[in-house]
Amino acid sequence: MNTVVLGKMRRCGGFTGRLQTGLQKSGWLKAVSAVTGRFGGAGLWLAGALLLAGCSDQAWNNPHPESEASANILYSSFSERPKYLDPARSYSTDESRFIDQIYEPPLAYDYLKRPYELIPNTLTAMPDIHYSDADGNEVDADSAAVAFSTYHFRLQPGIRYQPHPAFALNDKGESLYLFASAAESEQYRSLDDFIEQGSRELVAEDYVYQVKRLADPKLLSPVRALLSDYIVGMTEFSQIASDTRKALEEKAGKQAWLDLRQLSMAGVEAQGRYDFTIRLKGKYPQFKYWLAFHFFAPIPWEVDRFYHQPGLAERNIVLNWHPVGSGPFMMTRNNPNEVIILEKNPNYRADYYPVEGSPEDVAAGLLDDAGKQLPLLDKVVYRLEKEAIPLWTKFMQGYYDRSGIASDSFDQAIRVSSDGIGLSPEMTEKGVTLEKEVVLGSYYLAFNMLDPVVGDKGDAKSRERARKLRQAIAIAYDQQEMISIFANGRGEVAMSPIPPGIFGYQSGEEGINPYVFDWVDGKPQRKSLDEAKRLLAEAGYPDGRHEKTGEPLVLNLDTTTGGGGGSAMQNWMIKQFKKLNIQLNIRGTDYNRFKEKMQTGNAQLFQWGWLADYPDAENFLFLQYGNNGQVISGGSGVNSTNYNNAEYNRLFDQMQLMEDSPQRMEIIRRMIAILQRDAVWASGWHPHSYVLNNHWVRNVKAHGISKSVLKYFAVDVEQRSQAQAAWNAPVLWPIFVVAGILLVTLLPGYRAFRRRQQRRIQTALTNTTSAEQEG
Amino acid sequence: MLAYIIRRLLYALPILLGVNLLTFALFFMVNTPDQMARVQLGDKHVSAEAIEQWKAQRGYDKPLFINTAENSEGLLTDTIFFEKSARLFVFDFGKSDEGRVIGADISERMWPSLAVALPTFIIGISVNIVFALFVVMFRASVFDTAAMVLCVVLLSISGVFYILAGQYFFAKLWHLVPISGYLGGTDAIRFLILPVIIGVVAGIGGGTRLYRTLFLEEANKDYVRTARAKGVSETAVLFRHILPNGLIPILTSVVVVIPSLFMGSLLIESFFGIPGLGSYTLDAIQAQDFAIVRSMVFLGSVLYILGLILTDISYTLVDPRVRLS
Repeated sequence: MNTVVLGKMRRCGGFTGRLQTGLQKSGWLKAVSAVTGRFGGAGLWLAGALLLAGCSDQAWNNPHPESEASANILYSSFSERPKYLDPARSYSTDESRFIDQIYEPPLAYDYLKRPYELIPNTLTAMPDIHYSDADGNEVDADSAAVAFSTYHFRLQPGIRYQPHPAFALNDKGESLYLFASAAESEQYRSLDDFIEQGSRELVAEDYVYQVKRLADPKLLSPVRALLSDYIVGMTEFSQIASDTRKALEEKAGKQAWLDLRQLSMAGVEAQGRYDFTIRLKGKYPQFKYWLAFHFFAPIPWEVDRFYHQPGLAERNIVLNWHPVGSGPFMMTRNNPNEVIILEKNPNYRADYYPVEGSPEDVAAGLLDDAGKQLPLLDKVVYRLEKEAIPLWTKFMQGYYDRSGIASDSFDQAIRVSSDGIGLSPEMTEKGVTLEKEVVLGSYYLAFNMLDPVVGDKGDAKSRERARKLRQAIAIAYDQQEMISIFANGRGEVAMSPIPPGIFGYQSGEEGINPYVFDWVDGKPQRKSLDEAKRLLAEAGYPDGRHEKTGEPLVLNLDTTTGGGGGSAMQNWMIKQFKKLNIQLNIRGTDYNRFKEKMQTGNAQLFQWGWLADYPDAENFLFLQYGNNGQVISGGSGVNSTNYNNAEYNRLFDQMQLMEDSPQRMEIIRRMIAILQRDAVWASGWHPHSYVLNNHWVRNVKAHGISKSVLKYFAVDVEQRSQAQAAWNAPVLWPIFVVAGILLVTLLPGYRAFRRRQQRRIQTALTNTTSAEQEG
Repeated sequence: MLAYIIRRLLYALPILLGVNLLTFALFFMVNTPDQMARVQLGDKHVSAEAIEQWKAQRGYDKPLFINTAENSEGLLTDTIFFEKSARLFVFDFGKSDEGRVIGADISERMWPSLAVALPTFIIGISVNIVFALFVVMFRASVFDTAAMVLCVVLLSISGVFYILAGQYFFAKLWHLVPISGYLGGTDAIRFLILPVIIGVVAGIGGGTRLYRTLFLEEANKDYVRTARAKGVSETAVLFRHILPNGLIPILTSVVVVIPSLFMGSLLIESFFGIPGLGSYTLDAIQAQDFAIVRSMVFLGSVLYILGLILTDISYTLVDPRVRLS
């Protein structure tokens, strides 16, 4: 056995071979053999493991297979197992980063242009929109008589799906893999077992099929309820699909496939091979953004049928785990416990890197690959990394191409100086680049407007007092300090729900919240605590005590991160309220209970957040729209404050139907002014996202909305290999030191052991001799 | 012996039922089906209808223990408890709350768990026994005292510290092994070296102290004194006399954990990114996936009971005086 191991060692080149020669000369090899022989399998196992680790040219700590050393691969990671990869179900960023590379909705976002701009994806042009009145007569977009909007789509011909067994056909042109029973599919344990694959052209019916899937109640699409309010016939289709499925399942079992082509939806129709229409109730300008979501990606009926065959679901062979699309990449391995691999789709259409960009883009080299066929990568490997330290270490060792920055690593990566925020010298030396963007989202500390103390309840006088209380708290709560301490400065104070980069956001003096800030020396300055105390007194709580009873004002904050004010963050929050002599009671709870409290309106103060679905002010201002209230909507609404202001609601109704224009901007301004006056949010902030890229990564530009960006990324494999070799040379002296320490410890121990053996024998002999002499 | 084993297996049934009942009650006291649905369905646009449909699709829309709407048979069987628990007894684990087949996941993830746990176990036991025997050999000496101090120090250090220190020195500073991750086939060895070394080193303190105590007890017995009186060497006394007799209590603590090796290590797997059953359980707890937690607790109980039976059987093998009846 030892010979085998050592033989392998001899075949190894590089350092290992030299190490072996050295060991042989010094006689250490014999010693190692003796030790492994004495201690049997255990020692041998370790020795073998170490030798195997050294038997290659790649660095010992390289976590990737050696076979991938010179491949055009981007290495990334994921920390949470994606739950849903079905485009009808998935509604999470963690899932979008995978499936948005695979599925192709009709529209997409331009990669380089800012503000964000929609462009045709699989279409020949942007959809043609026609408006009609209740009788079906065409009317102008601005007409008050608009009852329906009809979107006409024309697909590019010749787009083909990725290779997949669902498209494999036999000689007769029938599907190759059709199973009548679970026994027939028994031999196929995974998707790889289906040897034959096929493809077919993307057609309009595939988009129609997917819209029907969105309406199918069985799929539990998170956007079904929302879209049912707009797409004509969607609600009715859901009912029909539900009834038909029930009858089918009674007849053929729960796994039976319901062919949605048999059922028609009034508002969605394919017109020929490449054209289809979607008809909406009234006007819904934001619908165009949904058309860039994977919810509207095409699903071929063959694929749906394939995955519904008997026995496949029992082996996790389902669409939810094995997506099928026409996009630049296809998922060739989905082991959410270990690794997810995307590979270039060999059938991907003619799609080229953008040729237009801003001067900044040109300067950043973002147009160096202009006009090249996409995708630029052959493969993307995502490995499961649940812990921040290994993830960061692998990035620093060059084994991950990109990385976020955890709080623990922030000081190592970033230097904050009077010039602003930049990379640390260590990062600069390694050639790392920093990709910064304002996340299109808001985190906030808000009031429940149904609460009798802080809410908008009771008569005019008490509502006014509660408003002043909220304003006082808004002044006292120093959000900037919180961002500096707990987010390493990665964020900015929200003056309104709308983050930078969205139409409706206002910067500078006109954008500040005048109830909390003054504009001093060209920048916002928080109002004084005296002002807050004055407001508090006017609210009926002078010095934080009830003016009549003298009882201290105690407010309750519901949070999901442990109660009792134990954490540093919670202590900091308590101190903010203490500035006004208000006692803050933090009630920790798990997320489920927290959501239950929100749904029933049982919270007083709470923290929550919102990340944009699309880059439109409506997607932020609806967070305070009355009809979206959590309580009145039974928990499905997004207005967690339950704010319900008639004027605000009226303006929202008006604003949401408008295209971006000065008139719309004016309405948004008025809406924001109402929110600022009513201080619905005590405070809010827009986080900044920092992503680091190793120097061999090209074409990276943060995109706040689209996750379908991998096709633009490129890596210089040669540079990466060189950097990995330079950064990861094994440090061997510790091995020799440990071996030396062991020897120093063991040799005296062995001597002592021998002495003891002999001493006992000698003692025994001496005793015997003495006894004989005495005898 | 066969009758004994069958009897023990039959005894196990009510125990497993009790474990199931307890897990079920505890889980549903913390989490209602509505809350489970909300966790799975996400945050945005979750309607009450969607929650009801999610529950109905997974059978969580039924009563927990007693279905008063059903007749005599369905009274107990058409309930969440029966439907989710009865199948476990034939090792049909069903699907996780997110829709994956648990049995397939378990059979896939048990191999990485074993790949870490088995070498750690074997090497750990060997090292601990050898170390303990040497300490016994030098009992009541400076070496014994020093070894015990070292053991207490090793025992006192948190497992997380071993992991972080190991990752820092071996992977980050010295670049000798990958800091975390896992690949199949022989590539796996590179990823297993550090977790195994850490697992072994972290267990030396506790293991050696325990075995030393057991061996010392044996070392003071008459037959050992007789052996020495006959002039048997100290090595022979230790390995031929003390070790076999000291193995009986060691078996109690060792054999019982053998089946549980399949279950993996929560800490090691989580920190080293090894896709085993330990991290599977931990993920399920964090994701509040009752179906997986229930299956893993059941599997853990079965393996533990199996371990106890194996322990009893192993007694008869190492000590002829013990007879199972």
